Amino acid sequence: MSSTSGPLTGSTATAVDERSRLQRLARHPVTHFVLVRGVLHTAVVLLGVMVVTFGLILLVPGDPVRIALGTRYSPETYDALRAASGLDRPLAVQLGSYIGHAVTGDLGVSFRSGEPVTALLLQRLPATASLAFAGVVVGLLLAIPAGVYSALREGRVADAVIRVTSQVGVSVPDFWMGILLITLFSSTLGWLPSSGYTPFSEDPAGWLRNLALPAVTVGLVAGSIMTRYVRSAVLEVLGSGWVRTARSKGLPQQQVLRRHVLRNAVVPVVTIVGIQMATLLGGVVVVEVVFAWPGLGRLTYEAVAARDYPVIQGAVLLMGALFLLINLLVDVLYAVVDPRIRQR
Amino acid sequence: MTTSLPTADTSTEMVEDDAPRPGTLRLLLRNPVSLAGAVVLLLVVLAAVLGPTLAPYGANDTDVTRALQGPSGAHWFGTDDLGRDQFSRVLVAARVSMEVALVSVGISLVVGVGVGLVSGYLGGVTDGVLMRVVDVLFAFPVLLLALAIVAVLGPGLSSATIAIGVVYTPIFARVARASTLSVRNEPYVQASRTMGTGNAYVVWHHVLPNISGPVIVQTSLSLAFAILSEAALSFLGLGVQPPRPSWGRMLFDAQDFVGVAWWMSVFPGLAILLTTLAFNLVGDGLGQVLDPKRRTALAAQAGGRR
Repeated sequence: MSSTSGPLTGSTATAVDERSRLQRLARHPVTHFVLVRGVLHTAVVLLGVMVVTFGLILLVPGDPVRIALGTRYSPETYDALRAASGLDRPLAVQLGSYIGHAVTGDLGVSFRSGEPVTALLLQRLPATASLAFAGVVVGLLLAIPAGVYSALREGRVADAVIRVTSQVGVSVPDFWMGILLITLFSSTLGWLPSSGYTPFSEDPAGWLRNLALPAVTVGLVAGSIMTRYVRSAVLEVLGSGWVRTARSKGLPQQQVLRRHVLRNAVVPVVTIVGIQMATLLGGVVVVEVVFAWPGLGRLTYEAVAARDYPVIQGAVLLMGALFLLINLLVDVLYAVVDPRIRQR
Repeated sequence: MTTSLPTADTSTEMVEDDAPRPGTLRLLLRNPVSLAGAVVLLLVVLAAVLGPTLAPYGANDTDVTRALQGPSGAHWFGTDDLGRDQFSRVLVAARVSMEVALVSVGISLVVGVGVGLVSGYLGGVTDGVLMRVVDVLFAFPVLLLALAIVAVLGPGLSSATIAIGVVYTPIFARVARASTLSVRNEPYVQASRTMGTGNAYVVWHHVLPNISGPVIVQTSLSLAFAILSEAALSFLGLGVQPPRPSWGRMLFDAQDFVGVAWWMSVFPGLAILLTTLAFNLVGDGLGQVLDPKRRTALAAQAGGRR
């Protein structure tokens, strides 16, 4: 990792310098390479994701349409639904048509309500996205101070306490945490609502009140995971040559920390923030159920109960695709922000 | 992401063989945090094996006259709305959680390590194809995919077990592949291959034993996640089916009584937390003990203080 071709993050760089540097890097051929390779890889994996989501319905023992309709239905309904879902055609044709439609944003219609799956998913996405985003924010508010402090006190009691606490946080079932918070803040103290959702556009204060408990629930767990990453990122930078140099120059601890340690620890932390965001988008199913949060997780849960396979497929596909896109974004960002990546 | 220091690893191992070195278990239990984890695990295993025998009441014995009683000498964890003894239920539910976790992680372990070994050892096109498949599975959020699989297979214990097994397979494949890649170019593997030893023999006798460290660590961490996933699925009514007690389902039932009977939600949740935490702590401890670089330091400490 020596003989860097580009400038390392200069501690004296002004904001303007920074921006033009980013623009320069974005045009750099190697960044382009990372982008092209990343896009190709994402496209291949996305295709696989579509094959898997399509394949899910093939695993249903028996006839999915019959299962979805239950016991009472007319032959006409059956034929209509079967034809609408395309299940009467050969497998290869079905797969091709599924992928073709999925690419254009058509994920079929719900067995239960007859509404387009895409519309159902988009309706629920804002609730899940705001919960995931708020969870990551709460998590970062915990993880950054805890992780940095833990790294600075490596091997001391404070470090051990923070590490064990973060282990506890990782091991807590998030839905249990939710129930405990409801018990305390809703049932006992009556400060916050235990369930419900208010769109931000209607009532920002109500949105925040409703968001508070689920966001803290999600954030505590996410924060515990991120604390570990922040800690190891800071530790790695602390062991680097330039931090030793800065210290031996006699720079005050605060300045070393701000200029040399935190700036450089940001890059790996951005990665984990991206991955956490992607994980939370699809990972808050049970918390959504506990708080009656009208997000994608609860939609999927309801779809599972109703055996509404197109909705299940759509939700799984959407989450897989979002995960891949966020990862691609993080990779490209990584290449742009960290000049060392360009050498690979 | 993996960097290998081939010569350093082997030489330290060789040197240590001369002196009597402390065993892995000994080293693990020297760490107070890992020790605590191991003790909790032992208790959970005991509960899983002896739960029904130790339970003071039948797990499904209802008695409405003693419904919703708080913790007391007679009912340590209180009673639920049907008057069932919560302590007995938490105790008995340990077995099903452990069963699901062990079987599902067993599936992930065998399939994942198999794929990872083949992928890392053969390389080339095989590696490319297998790893793309792993990437695909990795893209899905764990619980959502598990939910979808259970939806397809129908709710129940075996569906939940299969679902959890499938979703935790990719991580084993990645861990095994990464380790295999670094072991593959070790001199002893190269020598064995030069001598014309068959691939299967080399993989079984040289590669597998040398990648066991990271795989064992991953097993412990995955068991922790499997406990959580089973609890989540059972909470949603898709895993363990009533009347069989399960921690997840007990939490679901407790939701209706959050302001009335805190004990109904506290104790089953605590059981999940402690079991998961124990697996995580032991996994972390194993990670330190089985890491050749760190092990030398730990062994030196242990040796010096003996």
